[in-house]
Amino acid sequence: MRYLPHTDADRKAMLDAIGVASIDDLFTDVPEAARLDGLVDLPTKQGELQVERAMAAMSARNIAASQAPFFVGAGAYKHHIPSTVDHLIQRSEFLTAYTPYQPEISQGTLQTLFEFQTQVALLTGMDVANASMYDGSTACAEAVMMAARVTRRNKAVMAGSVHPHYVEASKTLAKYSDVSITVTDAAPADLDAVIAEIDDTTACVVIQTPDIFGRLHDLREVSRIAHEKGALVIAVFTEAVSLGLVEAPGNMGADIAVGEGQSIGVGLNFGGPYVGLFACKDDRRFIRQMPGRLAGETIDADGRRGYVLTLSTREQHIRRDKATSNICTNAGLCSLAWTIHMTLLGEKGLTQLARLNHETACELADALASIPGVELVNETFFNEFTLLLPKNADQVVNELARFGVLGGVPASRLYPGRFENYLIVAATETNTPEDIAVFAKALAGVL
Amino acid sequence: MSMNTQGRPTRMAENIATGGYADTISGSRGLDQAEALIFERGDLDRCGVDLPEPKGLKTRLGGLERKDAIGLPGLAEPETMRHYVRLSRKNYAIDLGLYPLGSCTMKHNPRLNEKVARMPGFADVHPLQPASTVQGAYQVMGELAHWLMTLTNMPAVALSPKAGAHGEFCGMMAIRAKLDADGQTGRRRILVPESAHGTNPATAVQCGFTVDEIPADKTGRVDMEAFKAKLGDDVAGIMLTNPNTCGLFERDIREIADLIHEAGGYFYCDGANFNAIVGRVRPGDLGVDAMHINLHKTFSTPHGGGGPGSGPTVLSDALAPFAPVPYVVETEKGGWDLVEHMDDAEGAPFGRMAAFHGQMGMFTRALTYMMSHGSDGLKQVAEDAVLNANYIQARLSHVMTVAFEGTCMHEALFDDRFLKDTGVTTLDFAKAMIDEGYHPMTMYFPLVVHGAMLIEPTETESMSGLDRFIEVLEALATAAKAGDTARFLAAPVHAPTKRLDETRAARQPVLRWTPLEQAAE
Repeated sequence: MRYLPHTDADRKAMLDAIGVASIDDLFTDVPEAARLDGLVDLPTKQGELQVERAMAAMSARNIAASQAPFFVGAGAYKHHIPSTVDHLIQRSEFLTAYTPYQPEISQGTLQTLFEFQTQVALLTGMDVANASMYDGSTACAEAVMMAARVTRRNKAVMAGSVHPHYVEASKTLAKYSDVSITVTDAAPADLDAVIAEIDDTTACVVIQTPDIFGRLHDLREVSRIAHEKGALVIAVFTEAVSLGLVEAPGNMGADIAVGEGQSIGVGLNFGGPYVGLFACKDDRRFIRQMPGRLAGETIDADGRRGYVLTLSTREQHIRRDKATSNICTNAGLCSLAWTIHMTLLGEKGLTQLARLNHETACELADALASIPGVELVNETFFNEFTLLLPKNADQVVNELARFGVLGGVPASRLYPGRFENYLIVAATETNTPEDIAVFAKALAGVL
Repeated sequence: MSMNTQGRPTRMAENIATGGYADTISGSRGLDQAEALIFERGDLDRCGVDLPEPKGLKTRLGGLERKDAIGLPGLAEPETMRHYVRLSRKNYAIDLGLYPLGSCTMKHNPRLNEKVARMPGFADVHPLQPASTVQGAYQVMGELAHWLMTLTNMPAVALSPKAGAHGEFCGMMAIRAKLDADGQTGRRRILVPESAHGTNPATAVQCGFTVDEIPADKTGRVDMEAFKAKLGDDVAGIMLTNPNTCGLFERDIREIADLIHEAGGYFYCDGANFNAIVGRVRPGDLGVDAMHINLHKTFSTPHGGGGPGSGPTVLSDALAPFAPVPYVVETEKGGWDLVEHMDDAEGAPFGRMAAFHGQMGMFTRALTYMMSHGSDGLKQVAEDAVLNANYIQARLSHVMTVAFEGTCMHEALFDDRFLKDTGVTTLDFAKAMIDEGYHPMTMYFPLVVHGAMLIEPTETESMSGLDRFIEVLEALATAAKAGDTARFLAAPVHAPTKRLDETRAARQPVLRWTPLEQAAE
């Protein structure tokens, strides 16, 4: 087996050094009834070529986003990733390192985490950010639990237009805690519905902007009211590129901002791995209650600047059953991809990228809304919007796929039994005018 | 900070303040190059990408345009390459040498896995595409599930957990849901050995349980008498790592499983150490009800400096109906479908763990790894992993103190008795290993051993590589006993930095870069 260096002679010599006759002598603690005589019932080893062929055959059974006019979003977005990003994250020293527990030989990872944290804080308009969560949905769930700890209250109000997967993940994490989650109806004016739910027992309100339907929300009014009642505001985003053009949650009164970082530096990957972004205001109560790892600056024995993982008394390996979260491994390499892409973009590139996304979406919206029977639901949007179709959107999406167009996400896929004629459509800088024309023609054809 | 006549910091002070060396003009020393933060090098107007000019269309943002500058510096592509390549060289990595972190299974990461994960049909597909366009992706999930269920002899697996701790959460939620479904609402106590990973108690609490610690016996395993004494009708289950964090197989595991079941509880097995037994022992044969599998340990998906991981969780017949959504099912026509809503599931899922369907990028890598090894290769993995750990333990037992008598599984646990009266601590010993070009072992864990040093070499180390490692540890242990403490107390001196002040980092947290003018405020 190509990954195993020992020869049989090596194995024999090592067994001799240990002082046992055979490898079986090292497994004698296993109860006899559980010792396998032969092999488990699975195929035996294969060479690179054979494995690669088998995997390539499975890959070929999927239609890749780059092979079709592609407009699918709803929490994951197709963006161009500069080639530098993938090259750098495959550097052995980044790819094959563990969590930076020994800081003297992990400064590469630690400095990039410190830079990542700073970029996330700047992007969200917050003061501090952690070193990443698994993804946007788990970051959202952890934020709800953190808000409950900070406020010592147990009611969370989530807008119905928060990505339903995020709502479900939050409900799962809160399920056996004393935190109860109220979700407002997803229908039109849901910030009013959120505001109506805020009372003296509310720990937090959770609002996504742009929301699952692509609508933007001004958080200032809801923040003012929430703060008056002593509740925190958690802003959620699933499209990080939007923050290059749209006002940051931290500048609109949010206390915690969480979201999915996938659209910067991380590919679609069929849903994972992604990178959860988690940022909050600089308040000692907040930082001590944050989940996840934090890189911090310090000095070494010679006074030279360096970085370490810090404030770990919040974490499970120190605090065990009193930890702020059970999270250990996070999204390390994806956060590296994110920070590299963000460094390449910089302020100038990010704002330009965001504007291109918005303009492409505007052009797409105009092209699609001009089809008879198709109605644009959104008054506002960034790079994603919702259409009301004259027929079932799930059926439309499947018919579009037969025309070779990946035309969005039926809202009913996220809200089973509801919004059956609503189609959520995303556009990014990767969509060409030809893509838009093909999509418009195909949509008109299937309606 | 020393200042020059213009009141600016001197070159030397500036070098130190930005992480460089004081004794060179540049702050670098040969190939050990100083690298400032991007915020100190970049510029808001500099950019490493070329994008088309926007057309200047009227926006539809409802007046919510971002008003102020964000403050994000950019770098051109060549500067970006250098920044990250220079930083990468300050990291230790498996590709540079033995990485003996106990309980972390830092094995070789095959590059075929990386190649496969980047195939467009895997890397460039969206999780919410219509089922007809992602049959191959569902098939990967189905095949991976088959391998994991067969290797563990368990009837079900939830693929969506995103790391080991998330898998623990999945398994414990399933146990909680099962207890609630059976009206066992008085069962809220979870037994957790003292030697457990910190994630275990943290997870149990997250599922609304309380934690009751079981002590270890003199052999480093569960103290059976203490365990039996803790059983009762309020017990929900046990969370047990096997092989345990002392690197030992729990000999009484079948009895533990039987007793916990008789008492009305369930057996969660922490699968972090599955590498010791993969292909040789199936957890389903040990009476396990739930176990997560770290694809980023046993199945070689790279650890990436802290993730991403993936923690599929196998479940017994009793717990399977409570598995979370989503999951894939084979259709009658030989295709695949995804069950993603609670109402569409056959059982009573406890919920959804995260958006979408799990860590596909890890699934493809792990499946590639499993297919490469096959049933025979995986068995060899376990055997060589155990062989290597025992070789280290046997060859070092004369100079270091083995924590527990007898052979070990895939990791060898030493304590600090051999350092008694030397003035050298486990931490010092570990830092001296850095100067010798090695990543230290896991230190001070498990907590049941004083000054623990937990060494997990994995199966991908050669005998000659192990011999060199052993010689170094032998020499260090001998030096410590001979009173050569200076070598240890100052260590590391040959790393990119000297020992870092962790207390200062925690007492005066600096968690982000701040512009100088703001920092001065």
